[in-house]
Amino acid sequence: MIDWLALTVALPLLGSVLAAAIPARSPGIGMATGLLTTTAALSVGVLIAHAGELRSDLGGWGVPLGIALQADGLSGALLVMANLVALGISAYALGYFASGLRRHFWPLWLLLWSALNALFLAADVFNIYVTLELLGIAAAALGALTGGQAAIAANLRYLLVGLLGSMTYLLGVAILYTGLGTLDLRLAAESLTPGPLAWTAGALMLGGLLLKAALFPLHFWLPPAHAQAPAPVSAALSALVVKAAFYLVLRLWIDLFASVVGPGPGILLGALGAGGVIWGSWRAFRSERLKLLAAYSTVAQVGYLFLFFPLLAAAALPKQQELLGALLLLALTHGFAKAGLFLSAGLLQKHAGHDRIAELGPAIRSLPAVAFAMGLAGVALVGLPPSGAFIAKWILLTESFAMDRWWWALVVLVGTLMASAYVFRLLANAFGPAAHQDAVELGGDVQTEKIGRMIQAPALLMALVAVVLLGLGAEPLWGLLGSSSP
Amino acid sequence: MATQLLFGLVGIILFLLGVWSFLAHRPLLRKLIALNVMGAGVFHVLVAVAYRGLEKTPDPIPHALVLTGIVVAVSATALALTLGQRLEHEDD
Amino acid sequence: MIPDNILPAAIVLSSLIPGLFIFLLDEERHVLRTVLNMAGALGKLVLVGLLIQGVYEERLIESRWTLAPGLDLVLSADALSVLFVTLSTVLWLVTTVYAVGYLEHSSHRSRFFGFFSLCVTATVGLALAGNLLTFVIFYEALTLSTYPLVAHRGTPDSAQGARVYLAYTLGGGVLLLTGAVWLRSLAGPVIFTQGGMLSDLAGVYDGQLIAIFFLLVGGLGVKAALVPLHGWLPQAMVAPAPVSALLHAVAVVKAGAFGIIRVVYDIYGVVLAESLGLLSVLATMASITIIYGSLRALSQDGLKKRLAYSTVSQVSYIALGASVFGPIATIGGVVHLVHQGVMKITLFFCAGNYAETLGVHRVSEMNGVGRRMPWTTLAFTVGALGMIGVPPVAGFVSKWYLGLGAAEAGSDWVLLILVASSLLNAAYFFPILFRAWLADPPASWPEEHIAARRLETTGALLWPPVVTALLALVAGLFAAAPVSPLEWAELIARREYGL
Repeated sequence: MIDWLALTVALPLLGSVLAAAIPARSPGIGMATGLLTTTAALSVGVLIAHAGELRSDLGGWGVPLGIALQADGLSGALLVMANLVALGISAYALGYFASGLRRHFWPLWLLLWSALNALFLAADVFNIYVTLELLGIAAAALGALTGGQAAIAANLRYLLVGLLGSMTYLLGVAILYTGLGTLDLRLAAESLTPGPLAWTAGALMLGGLLLKAALFPLHFWLPPAHAQAPAPVSAALSALVVKAAFYLVLRLWIDLFASVVGPGPGILLGALGAGGVIWGSWRAFRSERLKLLAAYSTVAQVGYLFLFFPLLAAAALPKQQELLGALLLLALTHGFAKAGLFLSAGLLQKHAGHDRIAELGPAIRSLPAVAFAMGLAGVALVGLPPSGAFIAKWILLTESFAMDRWWWALVVLVGTLMASAYVFRLLANAFGPAAHQDAVELGGDVQTEKIGRMIQAPALLMALVAVVLLGLGAEPLWGLLGSSSP
Repeated sequence: MATQLLFGLVGIILFLLGVWSFLAHRPLLRKLIALNVMGAGVFHVLVAVAYRGLEKTPDPIPHALVLTGIVVAVSATALALTLGQRLEHEDD
Repeated sequence: MIPDNILPAAIVLSSLIPGLFIFLLDEERHVLRTVLNMAGALGKLVLVGLLIQGVYEERLIESRWTLAPGLDLVLSADALSVLFVTLSTVLWLVTTVYAVGYLEHSSHRSRFFGFFSLCVTATVGLALAGNLLTFVIFYEALTLSTYPLVAHRGTPDSAQGARVYLAYTLGGGVLLLTGAVWLRSLAGPVIFTQGGMLSDLAGVYDGQLIAIFFLLVGGLGVKAALVPLHGWLPQAMVAPAPVSALLHAVAVVKAGAFGIIRVVYDIYGVVLAESLGLLSVLATMASITIIYGSLRALSQDGLKKRLAYSTVSQVSYIALGASVFGPIATIGGVVHLVHQGVMKITLFFCAGNYAETLGVHRVSEMNGVGRRMPWTTLAFTVGALGMIGVPPVAGFVSKWYLGLGAAEAGSDWVLLILVASSLLNAAYFFPILFRAWLADPPASWPEEHIAARRLETTGALLWPPVVTALLALVAGLFAAAPVSPLEWAELIARREYGL
C-alpha cells in the first residue's frame, strides 16, 4: 500500500533539498516534484471519495507518541484544490522568474508546498503549530524574494505578525494539553468539556489563527505583503496560505471546540467578517495598483468566509452540512479565482512594466487571453453566476433569510455591489481604442516584456475551474463532506 | 506542586510581557526579543505541564514540544534577523 | 429524435458552442465566423421548431442539472417560454445577418460575435428557465455578456455608457437576487407554475410577499426600463446599431418584461397578485413609464435616442397587460412581447442603415431620405405605424386587446393611457415620416459611406429590416391564423386562467 498521505508531504521536502543542492536544475526538479505531489494529492482525493477518510500513522507509532496524518472530506477537498493551484503556479513560475531569482524560488516554494500539505493533513494540534511555522517562514522568505526595500519590510512584518500568532496558538496548545493530556484532534475532541480551560485554550488558539487568517481587524499585514511579493508568490499567499489558516479555524471550530462554541462567538466572528467585507472591498475599490486591489480583495473574501460562522453555530445538523458545503465551495472557488487573478496581474505587470490600474489599458488589450482570465476570475470574486461562488452565496443568503438572520444577507449583498465596483473598474480597461493606438502607447514603457503563450495558460485554466467547473459541477462536494464522520 | 505552579505562572507572565513589548516597541530587535520572551514563556508553561510528581519521570511529550519550539523559534529569528539586515543595507 | 430531456439544453448550447469557438478565431476569418454564427442560428431554429411541436402536444420537455443539494438548474418549455424563445431565435438570425454587414470595417469582430452569441445563449436560457434560480443565473449572465457589446467601440462615450449600463443592471441584479433568496427561504424551490405557486403562503406572509414582489419587479424593472430605473437605456445608445437592435427588441429589455410576466403569472398568479393589491401598483408604474417615455421621445433629435425612449414607453405595455386582471389584457401584453420586438428591431435596423450609409444620426438630418433610401424608409414607416397602432400592422392587434381587456376589467383610466400614448407616438413618429417622404433632401448627406448603386445600401443591411417589417405586417394581417403570435398568446392566457 502506498502511503499517499505521507508522499504529499515527503515529496516536496525531498524536492526542496534537491533543488537547493542543484540550483542549475531547480526548475526541472521543482516542476517534476510538483507533478508527483499533485498526483499523490489527487490519489488522496479519490480515496477519500470512496472510503470517506484516510489516516496514516507515520513510522507505525500510534497515539499519543506518534505523528499521524489524516484526511476527511473537508481537508481532502482543500488538499486537492491547494495542490492543483500550486501546480498551476509552478507552471507559471517556470516562465516567470529570470535565472537569478530562480534558484532561490524553487527550494523555498517546495518547502512551502510541503508545509501546506502537512497542514491540511495534520492530525494533532502541535503538528499544526509546526506546519504553521514552516509555512510562515517559507512564505515570508518567498515574499521578500525580489529583495526590494518595500518587499522586505512588508514581509518582515508578515513574519513577525505570524510569529505572534503562532506563539499565541502554542500557548493555547500548552493549556489544552494541561487539561486533556492529549494532542490528537480526535481524542481531544472527545474529552473536551466546556469550562475555563477550554475557553482559554480556545481563545488563544483561535486568536492566533485568526491573526494568520487575516480576519478584520487583524488583516493589516496582508495587503502590503501580498502586493509586494512576486506574482506567483502573491497567488500562493492569497489563495493558499491564508486559506490554510482559515481551514484551521474552521477545523477547530467544528471538531475540537464544537461543544464550547456557540452563537455568541459565532456572531463575533460574523461581525468581524462583515467588517472585513466592507473595509476590504472599499480599499480594493480605492486601490490604484492592481496587486494591491487583489490583496484587499482577499481581505474581503476572508470576511465572506467568516460570515458563515454565525449561521453554522445556530443551525441544526442537516442545515449545518448544507452550509458547510457552501462554505467549502466558496473557499475552493476563491482559491482558484484569486490565483488566476494574481497570475494574470503578474503577466500584465511584466508586459506593461507597472501595475497602475489607470494605465493598464493598452497592456490588457494586447493580451486578450489574460484579459479573459481576469474577467472570469473577477466574475468568480464578485460571486456572479455561473461561478461556484454564486451558488455558495445563494445558499448563504437563503439560509440567513430562513433563519431570520437577514442582516448577514445584507452584508453579502452590499459586498457584492462593492466587489462589482472594483472588479469592473478594472475590467472596463479591456475595451478601448483600436489595436494600433495601443502599440504606440505600450512601446514607450520601461522594461516591458513579450508574454509567451504557455505562461498565459495557468491563469486561464484556474479561472475556468472557478467559474465553470465549480459552478456547474459542485454537487459532489456535499457528498464528500457527508461521507466523512461528523 | 508549588514549583509547578510557579513555573506555569511565570511562563504566563513572560508571555504577557512579551506580547506587550511586541506591541509597544518599534525597533525590530526589540520585537524579536519580545517574541523570544513569549516563546520562553510558553516553554515554561510546557515544562510545568510535564511535571508528574516526584515519583514518576516527567511527561516526555511537552519536553518534545519545547525542543521543537526552540528549533522553530531559532529558525524564525534567524530569518527575521536576515531580513532586518537586508533592510538596513538597503537604507545605506 | 431528440430526447425531451436534452432538447432545452441543446437549444441553449446551440449558440454557446459556436460562440466559444468564435472567440478563438483570428480577426481575418470572416467566412468561418459567419458560418459558425449562421449554423448556430439555423440549428437553433430547427430545435425550436421541435420544441413548439412538443409544447403544443403538451409533452413534458425539461433538462435538469443539479448544482447543489436542493438547487437544480432547470430548463423547461411551456407556452410562454416557447413564445420568447421563438422570438429570440428568429430575431437573432436576422440580427446576425445585419451585424455582419454593419461591422464590416470594424475591429475586434471575433470578440463582438463571441459575446453576441453568449448574449443570445443567456436570453434563450432565461426564456427556458423553469425555476427562479435558473432565471436569475441566466439573467445575470445576460448582463455580463451584453456589457462588452455596449463597450465595444472603446471610445470614452462607449466606456461611460457601458459603465452606466453596468451600474444599473448589476444593481438590479442584486435586487432580483434579494427577492429570489427571500422567496426561496419562505416557499422552498420557486418553480414556475401556471397559475402561481404561492397560494399556500397567502394570509400569513402577506407583508413579506408584497416586499418580495417589489424587490423582484424592481430588479426586473431595471432591464425592462420601468421609470425611474430606465436611465441606462438612452445612454446605452452608444453601442453599435446591431447591439441596440438586439438589446431593445430581443434580449435585455424583453428579458425584464418577460421576467415580470413570469413573476405575476407563474410565481404569484393573477389571483394572489390582485388580492395583495400588487397589480394596481404595477399598472401605475407601467402607465407612468408609458407616458414619460413618450414625452421624452418628443424632445429628442437623435434618432436612436428617440427610439430608445420609445422603447422605454412601449415595453411597459407588456407590464400593463400583465397588471390588468383578465385574459384579454393578458393576451394583449403577451402578444406585444412579440409584436413590439419585431417592430422595434425594424426601426433600429433602419436607424443603423441611415447612420452607416449616409451618416444621418439625427431626425433633423432626415429630410428627403425616403427618396435616397426608399426601401429602408418604407420598412421604417411600417414599424412606426405599428408603434402608433395603425392597422394592419401588428401593433394595432396588441393595443386592441389591451384596450379591450382594460375595458372589460373596468379600468377606464388604462384605456385613457393607451389612447394618450398612441397620440404621443403619432406626435413623435409622424414628423419623421413627413420629413423622410415629403421634405426636400439636402445638397449632400453628412457622410455618404455607401454610394447608391442598384440597391440603396448593402444587402446585409437592407434585407433584415425589410424582412422584419414584413413580419410585423404579416403578424398583424394574419393574426387570426392558427400559427400567429396572437394565437399562441391566447393559448398562454387560456392555460394561465384555466379556461
